[in-house]
Amino acid sequence: MTGYVLRRSFHSLITLVGLIVIVFFAARLTGSPADLYLPIDATVEARQEFTERHGFDRPLIVQFGDFVVDLVQFDLGQSLRKHRPALDVVLEAIPATLQLAVVAMSIAIVGALVIGALAAWRPGGVFDRTASVLSLAGASAPDFWIAISAILLFAVTLGWLPTSGTGTLAHWVMPIGVLALRPLGILIQVVRTSMLGVLSAAYVKTARAKGVGERSVIFVHALRNAMLPVITVAGDLAASIANGAVIIETVFGWPGIGRLLVDSIIQRDFAVVQAGVFVTASIIFLMNIVIDIAYAILDPRVRHS
Amino acid sequence: MSEHLLEVRGLSVDFHTSDGTVHAVRDISFYVDRGETLAVLGESGSGKSVSASAVMEILDCPPADIASGEIHFEGKNLLRLSTAERRRINGERLAMIFQDTLAHLNPVYSIGWQIAEAIRVHRPVGKAEAWAETVRLLERVGIPAAESRAGDYPHQFSGGQRQRVMIAMALANRPALLIADEPTTALDVTVQAQILELLRDLTRETGMGLLLITHDLGVVADIADRVVVMHDGRIVESGRVRDVYHAPQHSYTRRLLAAIPGRAPPPERASAATGPPLLEVRDLVRHYSQTTGLLGRASGGVRALDGVSLELRRGETLGIVGESGSGKSTLAKLILRLDEPTSGSIHFAGQNLIGLDRQALKTFRRRVQAVFQDPFASLNPRMSVFELISEPWTIHHDIVPKAEWPARVAQLLTQVGLLPEHAARWPHQFSGGQRQRIAIARALALEPDVLVCDEAVSALDVSIQAQIIALLAELRDAYGLAYLFIAHDLPVVREIADRIIVMRQGVIVEEGPCERIFTAPRHPYTQALLAASPVSDPDEQARRRTALAEATTAAATG
Repeated sequence: MTGYVLRRSFHSLITLVGLIVIVFFAARLTGSPADLYLPIDATVEARQEFTERHGFDRPLIVQFGDFVVDLVQFDLGQSLRKHRPALDVVLEAIPATLQLAVVAMSIAIVGALVIGALAAWRPGGVFDRTASVLSLAGASAPDFWIAISAILLFAVTLGWLPTSGTGTLAHWVMPIGVLALRPLGILIQVVRTSMLGVLSAAYVKTARAKGVGERSVIFVHALRNAMLPVITVAGDLAASIANGAVIIETVFGWPGIGRLLVDSIIQRDFAVVQAGVFVTASIIFLMNIVIDIAYAILDPRVRHS
Repeated sequence: MSEHLLEVRGLSVDFHTSDGTVHAVRDISFYVDRGETLAVLGESGSGKSVSASAVMEILDCPPADIASGEIHFEGKNLLRLSTAERRRINGERLAMIFQDTLAHLNPVYSIGWQIAEAIRVHRPVGKAEAWAETVRLLERVGIPAAESRAGDYPHQFSGGQRQRVMIAMALANRPALLIADEPTTALDVTVQAQILELLRDLTRETGMGLLLITHDLGVVADIADRVVVMHDGRIVESGRVRDVYHAPQHSYTRRLLAAIPGRAPPPERASAATGPPLLEVRDLVRHYSQTTGLLGRASGGVRALDGVSLELRRGETLGIVGESGSGKSTLAKLILRLDEPTSGSIHFAGQNLIGLDRQALKTFRRRVQAVFQDPFASLNPRMSVFELISEPWTIHHDIVPKAEWPARVAQLLTQVGLLPEHAARWPHQFSGGQRQRIAIARALALEPDVLVCDEAVSALDVSIQAQIIALLAELRDAYGLAYLFIAHDLPVVREIADRIIVMRQGVIVEEGPCERIFTAPRHPYTQALLAASPVSDPDEQARRRTALAEATTAAATG
């Protein structure tokens, strides 16, 4: 089991390293920061001086070497925009996003388990068909459109909720609702399919032949097996919530990592982009380890492989 | 009020499908008494498993529907009880074991937990007490080191041990009747003999009734007191096993008995083997290494094949028999060049196949073709029969010109006993035996010299099996084909092989002419294998049962 977790962690670590390399070079493809941070009529000398001061004139490979040396000491450089360590800027933005992501994913997972299991209980019934249609709609609706439509309806027309920003509980409703919609829709379908498969499995017959009551058949024998694919998909969705957060935070003016990253890319604030990707990827890396452990706990076949 | 332990009266079960209603079980009646073993014998689709599932109330309704009938068990009409009342009887008075034990045990709970659950569902005992009883049950069914193994999971046991676990679970509450649905079908013959022995002991010891569902006449002869023969959802014959075997009344029973393979030595056939060896295998070795750790260090491994040599001549059939893990399928994979050997050589028509380039390998492939076990999995369901048979010609262009494809497909279909118009149909429209004929036609499309039949008839019903074997023999004699006929079932091999190789744990333990292997086996393992393979004559089987124990002991030491 420890061997399994170590092996999986090692694989994720390789991915993390690769990602950081790509981000470093890709960010520098966007152009020189000097064009953005200096006035449009700045002299050639001034540009030269700015570039040299920040070390952007050196060969890329030397810049990369310095970046790696600093990185292993957890120094992710200075933000050009805020004149503070990039890591501090990122770590300030992280909690707002994490709160959003954890609440949205919790709602999606719990909601999907209940709705999906009920739908699988009587396949083809009214509840099943309603859930199928609505979850499909939720899974396929584009979140930027839903976000803007929700602002128009609930904030502008009805005036029930604030359009953007943070502060009160009311500020949470729309960002979380929109962010949870897609994972909820997808997970309902996964839970339903998985549960349907498991309920017709041979070991469910054995349980009935043993005389196990129907509630126990579903919640003890079936559910634990049905959880396995759900965990995999939920893990993927949780990682992709980082994408969703970029849009949701921009639309709803939520001061999280998503908005910070977008602003930093536009402003060519390389250090913050690198630090943001590094921290986000590390969180996803940790989450993958947690998922692998959960998998090993739920399924003995994984533990012994 | 019925005096029998279980009495089924006029039971009919329908399946309502989108294609209409299927009458799976039609008006059947039978009974089982205390301490008695009743076998329900039938081929696939005869309704035997559906009847057992109806007694156990584990049919999925819908699509199944119990149209009529009564099921009396210990004086209660089971069909009148509520689901909750049925669950109190299931596992307590009435228990069931199944064929596919890996699928029927919950993969995420330990076997001890699953047995203890069966106890605790019906009796108010504490966890520790249930666990102690679980360990005792596991010991009774012959699981070694029961105490430490109770915490293990289903995938950590062999097929035979898993069936013992299922039996322990079924016996947890000392049921009055045990229903066993093909309990030994997926097992090796030596393991099958042990499981049947265990079931026989348990019925004698506890006085419980046993309702045994099987397709295997050998199993019926070995363990049953009475038998009912099912065909097409009906019971066509019933009686004491000896009477039914010696004096079958119904024509279906007679056909079934006539189709049993290896009952008598086949008519003497001079081996048609001619010329130099077509296929020559020397010291073939295949090791599978297991890797562990971060960097994938090799740590031990499996010697699937450990130095096997054989020769095959034109017109000859070489039977390869062995139990699971003997390496016979690895051998087939290597000869078909679907896997790389660790060492050794394979010569085909004088040419070493190891290290051939792609072009030379392509030429070789058309001369050696394969027919696999599962005719449902080996035919692409999205291709018509015409496409399936003609597909090889799109790879090997020079065999049949495109204009002649329809004529040649029609000819091949006729050769394998199908009709030319079947070319336009799809695999799902055929039965298992017909699909295997299509697979043979596809293999023949490339006009090969050698056919590797890897358990090619194992998944088929006895009567169909006999037909396919006859077809293979006919094709061999007509075209001078050579067969590598791989099977776990000894009597089947006797029907067709000229020579036989017996394999065990990756090595050949005995090799010789077919009849000599069957009449005078030399190696103790071959003797044990033959003794364990049940015959359909109940008197003969009773004699063999006694001989078996001795041979098994000899093989274990030899």
